[in-house]
Amino acid sequence: MKKPNNMMLQTLTRLIILIVLSFSIYLLLAGHNSPGGGFIGGLMTASAILILYLSFGLNSIKKVIRLDYIKIIGIGLLFASVTGVVSMVFGFPYLKQFFDYFRLPILGEVELTTALPFDLGVYFVVLASALAIILTIAEDDK
Amino acid sequence: MSNVIILPVIIPFIIGAILILLYKRHTIQRVISGITMLALLALSVYLAIYVYQHGTLVLEVGDWEAPFGIVIVADLLSTLMLLLSTLVGTVCLFFAFQTIARDREKQFFYPLYLFLMIGVNGSFLTGDLFNLFVFFEVMLIASYGLIVHGGTGYQLRESFKYVIINIFASALFIVGIAWIYSITGTMNMAHIAQRVSELDQTGALNIVAIMLFIVFASKGALFPLYFWLPKSYYGPPAAIAALFGGLLTKVGIYAIIRTFTVIFNHDTGFTHKGLIVTVAGFTMLFGVLGAVSQFDFKRILSYHIISQVGYMVMGLGIFTPLAVAGAIYYIAHHMIVKTALFLFAGATQKITGTTDLKKMGGLIGTHPWLAWLFFITAISLAGIPPLSGFFSKFPIILAGFEEQQYVISAVALLVGLLTLFSMMKIFSYAFWGKQKHTAAQAKIPVGKLLLPILPLVALTIILGFAAEPIFTYSMEVAEDIMNPTNYIESVLKE
Repeated sequence: MKKPNNMMLQTLTRLIILIVLSFSIYLLLAGHNSPGGGFIGGLMTASAILILYLSFGLNSIKKVIRLDYIKIIGIGLLFASVTGVVSMVFGFPYLKQFFDYFRLPILGEVELTTALPFDLGVYFVVLASALAIILTIAEDDK
Repeated sequence: MSNVIILPVIIPFIIGAILILLYKRHTIQRVISGITMLALLALSVYLAIYVYQHGTLVLEVGDWEAPFGIVIVADLLSTLMLLLSTLVGTVCLFFAFQTIARDREKQFFYPLYLFLMIGVNGSFLTGDLFNLFVFFEVMLIASYGLIVHGGTGYQLRESFKYVIINIFASALFIVGIAWIYSITGTMNMAHIAQRVSELDQTGALNIVAIMLFIVFASKGALFPLYFWLPKSYYGPPAAIAALFGGLLTKVGIYAIIRTFTVIFNHDTGFTHKGLIVTVAGFTMLFGVLGAVSQFDFKRILSYHIISQVGYMVMGLGIFTPLAVAGAIYYIAHHMIVKTALFLFAGATQKITGTTDLKKMGGLIGTHPWLAWLFFITAISLAGIPPLSGFFSKFPIILAGFEEQQYVISAVALLVGLLTLFSMMKIFSYAFWGKQKHTAAQAKIPVGKLLLPILPLVALTIILGFAAEPIFTYSMEVAEDIMNPTNYIESVLKE
């Protein structure tokens, strides 16, 4: 059988995932006070990585991304839960959030919030569980 | 200080996340989850005592003031349910250590177990209707994982029905919540209660009440929405079946009790004495008839869950302090006894390799301890004094006669008789008669299996002999929840 030609898809993928990945990170960082958030950012990152799997094949990407997605789910859950606990340690109610403005080199003045680590946890959980589900189904027919 | 009441939700959350990281190392998972459940049990005992002495604790999560933010409320009823659920959870976990198969253990058994506890504990503690929905979902998703755990063909087929009915009920739950939000404009249960009493909108509120009742009834296995229960509880291994039988339907019942005391108390003649009492009667009757017709250990027990859930709802329906106290006592009795019975079914299954009563016999000769412990628990379920079953049915039926609800009280008495009949059926088939298991099976030791069940058997005896102080306690719980102003004032701080 003649091997199908993936050149179009693979070339485009290299361009597309750059845009998708950077936009998904933007969504994650914008999340806590404008549209976006960990959930949608995680899904978008997952879809970017999924395009990689689709166009370059399961096995070749597995050699590049050697992550155990199930452990990432655990790490994400820990991030999200521990963020809430931090405020308890300082005597405030569970999940109380704090924010302030800081002047960082290069970036200038930025707002740093405790909502961000929480969102990051959600991001990891959604990203990893979406990929774990899809890859499990993909490997099912072996 | 009040941060402590969120701990029963957070501890299993964090530990569950850590267990996911350790998902390839079973021994460590066992040790950590065992310690966690014991710690939760100790915590819930502490909370129950603290709330009993100092009154309701309220936590405004994220420092958002009620009624705008989510509140976590620990009152007498919540802490009692919390105590019972962690007790059942601990016992079933220790039973699971010895019975759960190695390849099942690999499939995230312990993380799912702890996530189930998050959902259950959260449902008992939350003071926000939408948050209740969220915790219900957490509990249900973990339970989907556990009920198909191991993935045998039978489990997959029967769990499918379980998943479908629960998804449907959850969709209805959201509709009900949206409806009540459109009427009252708030999600905080105390705030809803306050507005319901000001609104004077009986017609619209009754519709929402019935809608939420259908939702909780399908989760709590009330007539006619119980059909999924007996078959889906038959599939999973004994430890999971016991956990579900002891715990999950009772979360639905708790939700009914909470909403129908705090929120929907505007038209008790229709909702409580009409609707709930009727449904309770049918639930008891059909559940026990199902049990009488079965010849399988686990199936008989599953049908008895249905008939006994009827008693609890009947207590709520009669709606006097005595009846509600009886219902609360009954929940405590039922969670303890039912879990123990399911675990005994697991132990006999380990010996004989079957749950079919016709293939068992003569266990009392080879395993006398198992037989007599089962006997105590079984007659407690049927309501023989001086065990806890008697003292929990008595106030409900007494209140039924006092309120001239003769039909339902007669049904309750009849159901008690039929319960005794089907329990004796199990006892005479499985334990008496000619020995049907082989000599090799007769040598299987069950001492270690019985150890985690012992506290439950002891508790049913204690609940019976110490009925006076425990009934006083459940009377206080009942009076607390039947007077929702306490709840409203402690949440809204007025």
